[in-house]
Amino acid sequence: MADWSGYMTLILQGALVTAQLTVMGAALALVMAFVAGLGRLSRFAALRALAVVYIEFFRGTSIFVQLFWVYFVLPFAGITLDPLAAGVMALGLNVGAYGAEVVRGAVLSVPRDQYEACIAVNLTRMQRMRHVILPQALPLMLPTFGNNAIELLKATAVVSLISLTDMTFQAQVVRAQTGSTLIPFAMILGLYFLMSLAISGGMRWLERRVTRGLDGVR
Amino acid sequence: MEWDWAFVWQIMPTLLEGLKLTLLITLLASAVAMVLGLGFAILRRSSVAVVARGTGWFVEFIRGTPLLVQLYVIFYVLPDIGIRLPPLVAGVIGMGLHYATYTAEVYRGGIENVPRGQWEAAKATNLTARQAWLHVILPQAVPPMIPALANYLIAMFKETPLLSAITVLELMNQAKSVANSSYRYIEPMTMVGVFFLAISLVSVVILKWLEHRFGKVAK
Repeated sequence: MADWSGYMTLILQGALVTAQLTVMGAALALVMAFVAGLGRLSRFAALRALAVVYIEFFRGTSIFVQLFWVYFVLPFAGITLDPLAAGVMALGLNVGAYGAEVVRGAVLSVPRDQYEACIAVNLTRMQRMRHVILPQALPLMLPTFGNNAIELLKATAVVSLISLTDMTFQAQVVRAQTGSTLIPFAMILGLYFLMSLAISGGMRWLERRVTRGLDGVR
Repeated sequence: MEWDWAFVWQIMPTLLEGLKLTLLITLLASAVAMVLGLGFAILRRSSVAVVARGTGWFVEFIRGTPLLVQLYVIFYVLPDIGIRLPPLVAGVIGMGLHYATYTAEVYRGGIENVPRGQWEAAKATNLTARQAWLHVILPQAVPPMIPALANYLIAMFKETPLLSAITVLELMNQAKSVANSSYRYIEPMTMVGVFFLAISLVSVVILKWLEHRFGKVAK
């Protein structure tokens, strides 16, 4: 019972790692979501097939299995990643696959006449995507992206199992050293909940920001 | 290190043993999630504000925190207050509870999708509350929910490896123990991935069929 401030610091350090993983994983997931989501809508069959394989593969197995595979099997192929890189990679690729479906759905839900109007005013494919389709599709993606970000935050707990010192790992350390179970776990549950509230709050703000001025359009 | 088929066949019985437990856990946990989820959905509609609000917060809290940590709480904290659960039971309860917060949303959506007029018509024809639920509301609310519920069943199946963290000997844990004792990681880990991928892909096909069969009733 001696050194609670020390244990507290340990858990807060873990919280930092968790936050770091969430942010880096989300960044990778965002990139993958757009690459694979737009890839699925590409006019090249090979690109479409590649995107489908990526999405189905990462959605078909859980983050846990992927993480262990990245961490334990890739070294035999000569690719050794430190736990943080393995964690970010598995989290980002996994959540990116879910995000890709969101991107695809949102882009497809932009009405057909918008595409026709773009062709009528002679926009290139790039211009069409950049200036007409994506600005309309983005507000549709945000709520689901928010949910995905929370799923990502929750999935970060799994990295504690490949010895990455995130919040869950530190809580286990505190449990092992003090024998107290309730305090560390209650504390990290609270911290996780605060983080997920922060994410959903941030997403709501972003949503207001992106939909500003769109009321008259839709 | 090379891929070794002989080793794959050698570990297959162990992995299949694990797979059996994984499927069992999925079924039990989804049963818990279906029942508890309905409970949450009904409590959230309660006319007592405290109950409705309290359930809402509880559900939010469970959804906002990782399943792994919840499993740890059930497995490590509960024994302190005298509730000692075997790992399997702890896992099933933890996973069922976690996913119940998701299925509750499905139930809520399904029930709210039944038009108001149906409730009023049930009242007008003097049905009791029980009759209204059984013969009017549920028959219309349930079919559109089936694809979404099946979706969470698949999600639960994929999450079962988390239970290896609380020493349940499911597929992932079997693979890990095989890997640790033989120092070969490629085959067990890859086979686990293949098993999950294969079963998920098959279930996605079934899900598509369910959506086709039941999903359109709502519209």
